Amino acid sequence: MTVLAVDVEKRLGALHLAVRFQAKGGATALFGPSGAGKTSIVNMIAGLLEPDRGTIMLDDTILFDAEKNIDVPPYRRRIGYVFQEGRLFPHLSVQQNLDYGRRMSGRARDQEEFDRIVAMLDIANLVDRRPGKLSGGERQRVAVGRALLMQPRLLLLDEPLASLDAGHKREILPYLVRLRDDAGIPIVYVSHTPAEVRRIANTVMRLDAGRVVAIGGLELLDEPEADAFA
Amino acid sequence: MSLFNLSPDEWTAVALSLRISVVATICALPFGIAVGWLLARKDFWGKAVLDGIAHLPLVLPPVVTGYLLLISFGRKGPIGEFLYDYFGIVFSFRWTGAALSCGVMGFPLMIRPIRLALEAIDKKLEDAAATLGANRIRVFLSVTLPLALPGIIVGVVLCFARALGEFGATITFVSNIPGETQTISAAIYTLTQVPGGAAAAGRLVIIAIIMAFAALIAAEWLGRRATMRFHGE
Repeated sequence: MTVLAVDVEKRLGALHLAVRFQAKGGATALFGPSGAGKTSIVNMIAGLLEPDRGTIMLDDTILFDAEKNIDVPPYRRRIGYVFQEGRLFPHLSVQQNLDYGRRMSGRARDQEEFDRIVAMLDIANLVDRRPGKLSGGERQRVAVGRALLMQPRLLLLDEPLASLDAGHKREILPYLVRLRDDAGIPIVYVSHTPAEVRRIANTVMRLDAGRVVAIGGLELLDEPEADAFA
Repeated sequence: MSLFNLSPDEWTAVALSLRISVVATICALPFGIAVGWLLARKDFWGKAVLDGIAHLPLVLPPVVTGYLLLISFGRKGPIGEFLYDYFGIVFSFRWTGAALSCGVMGFPLMIRPIRLALEAIDKKLEDAAATLGANRIRVFLSVTLPLALPGIIVGVVLCFARALGEFGATITFVSNIPGETQTISAAIYTLTQVPGGAAAAGRLVIIAIIMAFAALIAAEWLGRRATMRFHGE
């Protein structure tokens, strides 16, 4: 079943982005070199960047349709977004960061769900700290937890490991694999590192210069062009 | 303790100064945040004009500001007349008028740090809040405003300190009426004009210095606490 259907165009300076793809459940990687337009695509899915033309559908809902003048604002899309730099709120504790999405949507606290996600990401001992006192890997785990606790219909992970050193990357990858297997939420994973994509994705969407150049399984990572990105 | 052996009239001036400055600062704050936000975040026609008007009290002679307030907010002035007719609010020769002139004089000092703080905020944090389900108003209240807090505190204290020391615009607009519009500054001025007032003037001068100093220390302390919160404590 198709979960996400994207067909958009956007001019961004010299880059003319024109992509069309569908993603099913599981983890779909947007894979390609820097400057291919990967982050712009997820920003459009999240509603942070408005396409010039096209449509974005999630399940049966239209999130964006230029012709019908539909543009659901980001706060109503319920799409979890884990940014490259985490973007935890520095003035709130880890606990308050994790609770933020739930508070904004006015839901009552579900302690069981909270405990489950906190345990999955191994962040129970961090809840009283402030983001400023966390390591890079801890920060990204909290960012994942914060996105999960808003009960998203789709999870966007934009190079979540890019700002981490090799040790922290190894530390966090197993959590992301567990997330894919346990959470049951479709994932769009942006990366330019084949090793990362191999661990997490089951579908690969290869992008270059604003176009989708290939869609397929992990075998796309073995093609010679793929290594050039790394 | 002869220092604080103030006469009832002098105490009145001190209490009035505090009341006027507090009211002026509280009333100026929402406008200060709104104008600071507009200047920091929005591009619109007439932005330079708004910036100029907001900063005018800083460069105009205070007497001129006071005169402008008198002709616009006085009972016969267009704004003053409107406010009296529809809301029963009177500014001329009342302490409320003193608060208005103090607020206007402190305004430029208030918006500058607020504007700088808002400009320094990483808008990506606001985007993150939006993806987590916060609409624009909630993003502003839960992310933008708290992150701008150190700048807001500095703005509040500068405005308050300016209001405490305000003299020229206030005396022009609402005169120098003991118990109604006679602030510390106006009382000191009056005392220096009469024989034998030097001792009382001296006492008020010391009070004024203490109050200004306390405001600065409070600003420093509050600002440091607010900043520290962001770095992990």
